[in-house]
Amino acid sequence: MSTLEIKDLQVSVSTDDGPKEILKGVTLTIKDNETHAIMGPNGSGKSTLAYSIAGHPKYDITGGTVTLDGEDVLAMSVDERARAGLFLAMQYPVEVPGVSVANFLRTAKTAIDGEAPKLRTWVKDVNAAMGQLNLDPTFSQRNVNEGFSGGEKKRHEIAQLELLNPKVAILDETDSGLDIDALKIVSEGVNRYREQEGKGVLLITHYTRILRYIEPDYVHVFVDGKIADQGGPELADALEAEGYDRYIKANATPA
Amino acid sequence: MTVTDAARESVTSGLEQDKKDGHLSVSHLNPPPSYDLADHPAPTGREEIWRFTPLKRLRGILDGEASDATLTWDTTLPDGVTLTTISQAEAREIGELAPNDRPSALAAELSGGARLIDVPAEAEIAEPIVIRLHGESVDDLVWSQLVLRVGKFATATVVLVHTGSARYSATTSVLVGDGAMVNVVSLQDWDDDAVHLGRDSILVGRDAEVKHTAITFGGDVVRLNANVEYAAPGGSAELLGLYFADEGQHLEHRLFADHNQPKTKSNVLYKGALQGEKAHTVWIGNVLIRKVAEGIETYEENRNLVLTDGCQADSVPNLEIETGEIEGAGHASATARFDDEQLFYLRSRGVSEKEARRLVLRGFFNDLIRRVGVPSLEEQLTTTVEEELARNVLKTDQ
Repeated sequence: MSTLEIKDLQVSVSTDDGPKEILKGVTLTIKDNETHAIMGPNGSGKSTLAYSIAGHPKYDITGGTVTLDGEDVLAMSVDERARAGLFLAMQYPVEVPGVSVANFLRTAKTAIDGEAPKLRTWVKDVNAAMGQLNLDPTFSQRNVNEGFSGGEKKRHEIAQLELLNPKVAILDETDSGLDIDALKIVSEGVNRYREQEGKGVLLITHYTRILRYIEPDYVHVFVDGKIADQGGPELADALEAEGYDRYIKANATPA
Repeated sequence: MTVTDAARESVTSGLEQDKKDGHLSVSHLNPPPSYDLADHPAPTGREEIWRFTPLKRLRGILDGEASDATLTWDTTLPDGVTLTTISQAEAREIGELAPNDRPSALAAELSGGARLIDVPAEAEIAEPIVIRLHGESVDDLVWSQLVLRVGKFATATVVLVHTGSARYSATTSVLVGDGAMVNVVSLQDWDDDAVHLGRDSILVGRDAEVKHTAITFGGDVVRLNANVEYAAPGGSAELLGLYFADEGQHLEHRLFADHNQPKTKSNVLYKGALQGEKAHTVWIGNVLIRKVAEGIETYEENRNLVLTDGCQADSVPNLEIETGEIEGAGHASATARFDDEQLFYLRSRGVSEKEARRLVLRGFFNDLIRRVGVPSLEEQLTTTVEEELARNVLKTDQ
């Protein structure tokens, strides 16, 4: 069982003009075997939600709660959250010069499991994950994200998702910058992950394209730091046809 | 990077200046070499080459007292390599490189004789020549003069390891024959109170390849010069450095690549980390491209990682260009703290902050350690870097 419960989450960032509120009370529950898509225009706070849950120090939580299976996520450090079962696939994964993918993956797996993986099965698992994501076997010897193409970065994120196998995966615009072939490969990886029992997915995207390959159970429309609308997969089709305009206009109209 | 129009303008004015002066140009950044102590007066601290050095902490080395104290020598000499003692006059005769600052001039004057390590022409020495130098006490004032001579087409690796303590001033010449391949590593693993002033000058023969690495962890004040010049066209030099300054340490590395021959190459990479109050590092990268040095290629880079508050990293690349007819000349310098985004990325994969810092720092030094090219040293260097880290940055889970 895994349930990620976000209640009335309020988040601000500090700017030169003082704190700026970005999330204005977000409530969302992701249960076992559920995939939730969060869609919204640029600047609506989608990524802030992802990074706040992961614990990025840039964001100040000013109100609300986040729990994973009842445990207080907001009280945990960044690495404790990951060890508790949260995973964030980043939109812009960071280069770590001099650290090989192989070393990075093994270190992360050891941290998550609390013990080093068995060498023989681990090498096999890594090679399988790389192969399924169409990454060259020599990829493991390269430095983390250094000189990776946009597509390689995203496929490497999904390889990590499969190898670390968290309870809940948050995918932050994993589809951005991918051509259709790469998008399919990445989507297949996410689908392999969520076919397992009891996994949750929070999929953040600007476009509906990826939802053709990863079908969500729920779609939430994010506007100005709040959920403006929610529904089933059909909501994505409506957004495809109409765009975000009506939400932005509705939001601009005084109540 | 290639030479810009602005550089070409300065080249033109430099050339005109040379004509007026009527003699070969000299570097504006490096005093000309000379054995005459009068040419190397006691510094006041305002001189360009002394302005970063804490003169008061040199424990009077620059006063130039005579002393016959020595370091203990423990050497591993593979077959075919000889170690002999020669007179100062003989050292000059075989072409050692003249001193270019006061400590090296004093060392040449007061050493009482030079050690000569000879690798004959065409010898291929696979095992490293290892020289372990140990000092008993900082009360000992030690002057040292060393010549490494590697004959034509020979291949050799020389590792100098400094431990213990002393007030140590050494002048070393590395004479590299045509077509030879030489790798010199100088490891400074001194006790906390040692003072080490060193000058390594390298003469690169035609088409020869030289690698020189300075690795400095220990000592109160360590100030090292690595100079390279060329006997003929086609030589190339790679100057590497790794340093780790703790609380109160002053570690200074000064490079001078003198492109005095055409078609020569120099490539410099120094990486350092600093931690603790008043940890101070200085990196000076001087490159002179003389008028004759057409078709040369040079690149120098210094990167520093500042791990705690209260440290200071000075980094000064200097490029003097007297001809624009070159393949390339560039430099880069960057001093930064741990990158929060790197740490966040690693921690978001479950890796603790301590482990994340360790990974980033290992990664920072990793490419450099691999380039040193002495496999038996690689593991030891990685371990030493981690031991250094354990003193401060990894002391607590923050």
